[in-house]
Amino acid sequence: MNNLYLIFKNLTRNKLRLFLNSVAILIAFLLFGFLGSLKNAFESGVELSADDRLIVVNKINFTQPLPISYVNKIKAIEGVKDVSHANWFGGYYQEPRNQAMTFAVDAESYLRVYGDIVLDENSKKTWLTNQQGIIVGERMASVHGWSVGDRIPLSSNIFSQDNGSNTWNMIISGIFQPANPQTDTNFILMHYKYFNETQKWGGNNIGWLPITTDDPSLNQSVADAIDKQFANSSAETETSTESQFNKAFLEQLGDISLIITGVVAAGFFTILLVVGTSMAQNVSERTAEIAVLKTLGFTSKRVFGLILSESLFLALLGGLVGLFLAGFMVTGASQDPQLKNMLPNLIMSQDIVVQSVVYMLMLGFITGFIPAWRAMKLNIIDALNRN
Amino acid sequence: MSDELLFELKKVSKKFTRGKETISIFEDLNLAIKKGDFVSIMGPSGSGKTTLLNMLGGVDKPTSGSILFEDHPIENLSESELAKWRAAHVGFIFQFYNLMPMLNAEKNVELPLMLKKLSSAQRKKSVATALKLVGLGERAKHLPKELSGGQQQRVAIARAIVSDPDLLFCDEPTGDLDRATATEILEMLQLLNKDFGKTIVMVTHDPEAAKFASTCLHLDKGIFERQDIKGERATITETVENES
Repeated sequence: MNNLYLIFKNLTRNKLRLFLNSVAILIAFLLFGFLGSLKNAFESGVELSADDRLIVVNKINFTQPLPISYVNKIKAIEGVKDVSHANWFGGYYQEPRNQAMTFAVDAESYLRVYGDIVLDENSKKTWLTNQQGIIVGERMASVHGWSVGDRIPLSSNIFSQDNGSNTWNMIISGIFQPANPQTDTNFILMHYKYFNETQKWGGNNIGWLPITTDDPSLNQSVADAIDKQFANSSAETETSTESQFNKAFLEQLGDISLIITGVVAAGFFTILLVVGTSMAQNVSERTAEIAVLKTLGFTSKRVFGLILSESLFLALLGGLVGLFLAGFMVTGASQDPQLKNMLPNLIMSQDIVVQSVVYMLMLGFITGFIPAWRAMKLNIIDALNRN
Repeated sequence: MSDELLFELKKVSKKFTRGKETISIFEDLNLAIKKGDFVSIMGPSGSGKTTLLNMLGGVDKPTSGSILFEDHPIENLSESELAKWRAAHVGFIFQFYNLMPMLNAEKNVELPLMLKKLSSAQRKKSVATALKLVGLGERAKHLPKELSGGQQQRVAIARAIVSDPDLLFCDEPTGDLDRATATEILEMLQLLNKDFGKTIVMVTHDPEAAKFASTCLHLDKGIFERQDIKGERATITETVENES
C-alpha cells in the first residue's frame, strides 16, 4: 500500500459522490474543450491575418459596392505597395446546400497581394490566360473530389447572366495550397473580368479592395489617407487592417468570444462551488480518520498532501474524460459539411489541451486547498473527542 | 521485566482555558513507568486519565513540567518530530477501534508501515504476523463493516503492534465490547505485555479490565488517589506528592 492506493480508496469510498462530482467536472471541461475549439475556429482568420494587409470597404457596410475607379486612386497614395479588388459571388455547387465560397478577383494583383496563396507556375499561367478558369483551394477540391481540368458548374444565389441562368461553367486551372497549413483554403477564385462581363447587373463595381503597404508601420497613415481621400464622396470608405476587418466580420454574428468566455466562466464558477463544498464535506466526515492517521505518525504535511492530491485526482479524472469527449465532439462536428464550410479550422488545438490541464490542476488546487489545510491543522484530541 | 525507566513525568501540569475560566486538570503530577510495565489508569469521567494518556502518547502537551521518554524530554518536540516519535515508538488502541472503513483488515494493519522504509515483502510478512497473532489471519481481506466489534478491536491491536513499538496506549479498549469479548482482548494485551515485553498503559472505567494490568492507578481530581500493586510484576515507581 502506498499514498496512491490510500488516495484512490478515499476517492472511491462514496461512489455516488465521486460520480456526481466527476460528471460536474466532466461537463465543465466538455464545454471548455468544445466551445474553446469553436472560439479558436472563429478567430483563426483573425490570428492568421497578414500584418501589412489592409482592407478597404464601403463605409456604410461591406456589402455595399465601391467604384472600380478607386483601384487606381488608391494605388497613387503614398505608402501603398499593391492594390487588388474582389467581389462576393456567393457560389454553390449543384445544390444550394453545397456552398462554395467564391470571389471574383483581379487575378494577377490578387495573387501578389495574397502572397500566402501557393500556386504552381503552370497553373498560374493557365489561369491567367483562361477567363473561364478558376483556381480552387485544396480543401474545397478535396471535399468535392475535384482536380485540375475538371469542368464544373458554379451557381450564384445573388447574380444571374443575361440569358437568365445563374450558373456559370468553369474550368479548374489550378489547385492552390496555403503557405500556413492553418489558413483556410475552402474557397474559389474566379476572374472579375469574366464575372463582370457576364452578369447582367453590370456597373463596374467591386466589393472591397485588399491592399498591401510598404511597411506595417505605415498601416494607420495609409488607412487614414485612403478614407480622407474618399470622404464626402458618394462611396465613402472605411479602411482597416485585415485582422480588424476579420474581427469586425465575426462580430456581425455577435461577440462570440465574449459569449463563449461567459458560458465557460459561469460553468467553472458553479463547478468550483459544487466540488469545493463536496470536498469540504467529504473531509469533514473523515475528521476522526484523519486524526487517527496523525496519531499513527502521519505528519501534517503528508495529510495535507493526501487530501490535496485527492482533489487534484478528482479534477483530472472528470476533466480528462470531459476533454476527451470534447475532442470527440469537435472531430465529429468538423466532419459536418455545413460546419466544415463555415469553420474549416475547427480542431482541438494543443493550446486548448494544455490550457484545460492547467485549469484542471487549478480547479483541483482551489477546491482541495481549504479542506487540506483544515486537515493539516486538525487537532488530534479535538477530532477524536468529536468522534 | 526490566528496571530501566521508560517514562517519567516530572511536575506535569495541564490547564485548559474555557472562556475566561482556567480549568486545572492536574498539577505537579509525578509518575515513572518502567519498560515492560502494564499500567491501568482508572478514574471517573473528567479525572484527566485520557489527557494523561494523550500526553504520554505525544498527542497533547503539558502546560508545564517535563515528560521524559528514555531520559529525553518530548514536550518540546515539534508536531512533526512528535509524529515521527509516535510512528517509531507508540501503538494506539481506541475504544471505537477507529479503523479506516474503506480499507480491509490487512490494509488497516499496514497503515503504520507506510511510515517505515520496508520492502513490499517485508510489509506483507509483518502484516500477516500481526494478524495471525490476534487470530485474524483468515479475515485479512474483510472490511471493518464485515467484522464484529471484537474482531475490529483485534485488527486495531494488530495495527498497533505491526511496527513493533515499545509502547501501547489503550484508551478504553474494551469499552464497546461485551464481557466475553472484552476478556479476550484483555488477555491478548496481557500476552503482548508478558510474552512480547510491550509496555502498556491502559485507561479504563472497568475495574475488571484494570485487574489484567500489573499496576492500577486511580486518578481523581488530577491526583493519583491510590495505587494497587499486583504480585511480582508491580514494578511501577509512582511518586504521589499530592496524595490525600
